[in-house]
Amino acid sequence: MTAADVPHGDTALGIAAAVRSGTRSAVDVVEEHLTAIAARDGEIHAFNVVTADQARQAALELDRRVAAGDDPGPLAGVPVALKDNMCTIGVATTCSSRILEGWRPPYDATVVERLAAAGAVVVGKTNLDEFAMGSSTENSAFGPTRNPHDTSRVPGGSSGGSAAAVAAGFAPLALGSDTGGSIRQPAALCGVVGMKPTYGAVSRYGLVAFASSLDQIGPFARTVGDAAALFEAIAGHDPRDSTSIPEPAPAVSAQLGEGVAGLRVGLVTELVEAEGVQPDVIARLRQAAEALEHAGAKVDDVSVPAVVYGLSAYYLIAPAEASSNLARYDGVRFGLRVDAPTTGEMYDRTRTEGFGAEVKRRIMLGTYALSAGYYDAFYGKSQRVRTLILRDFEAAYQDFDVLLSPTAPSTAFELGAKTADPLTMYLNDVCTIPSNLAGHPAMSVPYGTGDDGLPVGVQVMAPALGEPTMFRVAAAIESAAASAT
Amino acid sequence: MAQITRDDVAHVARLARLELTDDELGTFTEQLAKVLDHARDVEALDVGDVPPTSHPYALQNVLRADEQAPCLDRAAALEAAPAVEDGQFRVPPVLGEAP
Repeated sequence: MTAADVPHGDTALGIAAAVRSGTRSAVDVVEEHLTAIAARDGEIHAFNVVTADQARQAALELDRRVAAGDDPGPLAGVPVALKDNMCTIGVATTCSSRILEGWRPPYDATVVERLAAAGAVVVGKTNLDEFAMGSSTENSAFGPTRNPHDTSRVPGGSSGGSAAAVAAGFAPLALGSDTGGSIRQPAALCGVVGMKPTYGAVSRYGLVAFASSLDQIGPFARTVGDAAALFEAIAGHDPRDSTSIPEPAPAVSAQLGEGVAGLRVGLVTELVEAEGVQPDVIARLRQAAEALEHAGAKVDDVSVPAVVYGLSAYYLIAPAEASSNLARYDGVRFGLRVDAPTTGEMYDRTRTEGFGAEVKRRIMLGTYALSAGYYDAFYGKSQRVRTLILRDFEAAYQDFDVLLSPTAPSTAFELGAKTADPLTMYLNDVCTIPSNLAGHPAMSVPYGTGDDGLPVGVQVMAPALGEPTMFRVAAAIESAAASAT
Repeated sequence: MAQITRDDVAHVARLARLELTDDELGTFTEQLAKVLDHARDVEALDVGDVPPTSHPYALQNVLRADEQAPCLDRAAALEAAPAVEDGQFRVPPVLGEAP
């Protein structure tokens, strides 16, 4: 099965238009998707929890409002899957970790409030690598998610459940979070569109923190137009997130069809030549670049030298921030507590039983990178490398409007193929990490398949707040991919 | 830089309040050494004159207006707690002495 023939291939925009005009009921739309979930999620395991009753209730209310002449919003009646690291009031939010199993947040994340305000209907919380640490969704405490295109393969990660839910037709839209590629890489492996906004464009209030200077929430969809609509619904300033950009979010949908004539597109040499990037992935990337050239863009190779240090810098900065953020899981205020005679021993036992191996690995790596004697050599230097990457991107964007690279080095790999050696798994993120370190927007768009018949994604990167141009280029790649197959 | 040792890993595990078995200590030491080995490219860079970036979008002094606003109420905050007493989080003895 390819992305083109997924079941329930309705677009979010198509559903919303039909629901708003009263030609289709939100209840029917929700039931169809709940049926699809019931039929196949046993095999895929995209969801940690399906919120069927709440979804039905919300859909009923939407239909009532439409009948009363109300407009419930741009995403009226559209089912959305939420990565299970976004807080939902009264609905378990686990981060796929034992340490948060059964925890019901006392508040909603800002993105959850904005989805409701746009008329979208949350159908469930999706599986992830524990605390979003991983690239295959195999680090979940509740078992892996499988790739809907081939269930012997991983969906990518860490937002693997959200990517799989969209690819399998369980929901036309999903939200993920992206710290080093956790939206874009699973989008590529599952043959869907995935986008990481400019840092600060979408509120992180209510997103369980992993690495606070890198984390961003963003959309998954089956089309670029749907991803644009979801991005617009969730973006914009939020006073409850002090890192939120105090300006209106860039509008992207209106310009989607403007084409790429005259745009300057750079192919990043260092990411094309990065460790482990497969020849079939590079071939699809070059075809996508040629298609943009045919559409009137000016395509050239460009060097962004410092990105070669991205992987190393990221795997020091992100664990360092994680080691601090995850100190809050101590068994005192919420989540798991393993009883012990003293508070100190209670901390130790709770954290030892509550966290999985990858989370422990990153906490220790981060603690080491921040510890006396190593701070300057590791953490301090990585922060300076971040400046180098920003400078090199800045130089490239003097000559180019957007940059292109592979999203992931390969197509979806077999379950278990990369679990033995953490570093092999980390190499999945080599092309996606630089945009996180720079805080820039980037997205993955499907373009054809690899030698194994599985989806390949092309990454489009842009400077801070360059979403409008980035989406235009993504739309051009999407239409080229459709006419190439 | 010296290679990370079992003692180093045992030390950071203590700092991070994690208990490791002997087997885990061996595995984690080997795995962390590999990641840190990959990071030698960063360690080897001469970037003394490059300022650090702690944040991609530097906002300064983000303050809200000094006005009263509702916050999470006590009952909601305590609802998810493993143990509660008199409207507070209850924990085992801190100094190891039974109450």
